[in-house]
Amino acid sequence: MGSLSIHELTAAYALDALDAEEAREYERHLAGCERCRSELAELSEGAAALAFGVEAPAPPDALRERILDHARSERANVVPLRPRWTRAAKVATAIAAAAAVVLAISTASLLRSLDSERSARERADRAVAVLSDPDAQRVPLQGGHGVLVTGMRGSALVIRDLDRAPAGMTYEAWVIENGRPIPAGTFDGGPDTTVHRLDRPVPPGSQVAVTVERDGGVDAPTGEILMSAKVA
Amino acid sequence: MAPRDLAHLSDEAVVALVARSDDTALAELYDRYGRVAYGLARRIVRDEALAQDAVQEAFLAVWRTAGRFVPERAKASTWILTLVHRRAVDLVRREERRRAESLELAPEPTTSAADDDAWLRLRRERVQAALRQLPDPQREALELAYYGGFTQSELAERLGQPIGTIKSRMFGGLTRLRELLGEESWEASRSTS
Repeated sequence: MGSLSIHELTAAYALDALDAEEAREYERHLAGCERCRSELAELSEGAAALAFGVEAPAPPDALRERILDHARSERANVVPLRPRWTRAAKVATAIAAAAAVVLAISTASLLRSLDSERSARERADRAVAVLSDPDAQRVPLQGGHGVLVTGMRGSALVIRDLDRAPAGMTYEAWVIENGRPIPAGTFDGGPDTTVHRLDRPVPPGSQVAVTVERDGGVDAPTGEILMSAKVA
Repeated sequence: MAPRDLAHLSDEAVVALVARSDDTALAELYDRYGRVAYGLARRIVRDEALAQDAVQEAFLAVWRTAGRFVPERAKASTWILTLVHRRAVDLVRREERRRAESLELAPEPTTSAADDDAWLRLRRERVQAALRQLPDPQREALELAYYGGFTQSELAERLGQPIGTIKSRMFGGLTRLRELLGEESWEASRSTS
């Protein structure tokens, strides 16, 4: 099969309609072809949708137990993480998985930022709840690398590559409703991804903005708006 | 480990926990997708014991390879169902007995209303409605390939068409199906159930 026609195998591959040899050849091609990888991602969504088109009676309860028993017996060979790390790692991976779609944040980076905030565990937990809400609205930030996530479980800013605030200064978030800015908490930035949960509601039609202010924050913004996002 | 409620986490976040060998997260994924997985496998292999084998192998593959799942590349549900589909097709291709009967996809046994799940029923109706909107040759190619487990060469032979025609029917059908179903409304249908 010539390389010109191999691109055309993407739909058949997505449907598992290649024989073993064709599939291997296509996979070798896939490793070096970004166009096919991207097309395969789209066509696979279509194929997986077909899975929902069949009658789905409940499987026997024993199947669930059998799968979990097998999985646990395999895990016995895995060296566990040190307990101190486990929880922070879980929180970080949960956030990373939820936010990666928009931001491509590394887990390691989030892990560092959360670990250094161990005292603020509860805050991290609330941020996880916000970021992992599949129904939350995600609005890219104008003026920065990041996103505003807002939904029924609250709102948070996730910002990447944010320089640490200058000495004696802090970043301050604002919720601007009908032209009136209301303070929504401060944060310091730094090398790790910043996750800042807004400590007030973000109503539809409002705007969230970030300015630089003196340490401790202020009641009304004095600096110019660095980043902002408008909520639909 | 104390039982935890993972219901508020996205599928992708749960997969990230599975990658850390968290068996409660694997149970959560099974509770979300085991039923669809079993329905799909049963449709393809047409045998309950084989269908259970396919589902078990697929979820153990999830358990072993969750660390390699890349959320930017695919939805977690797509990844899981792709694994299930591949296992089921592998199994059925080894079982020659399916070949004689399954060109005409026999009507399935209907699930009793009490045993049905409202969200799954809604999704099923939407997929079936979308399939009905495809031109017949495209629908036929998708159904025989995806539910029947036929390869493109087998399809070309059975349908008496050049392989290029089969390829373009599969491509056109999948593309159109995805458009008809639409990403956004998928998620909406889930959140309202």
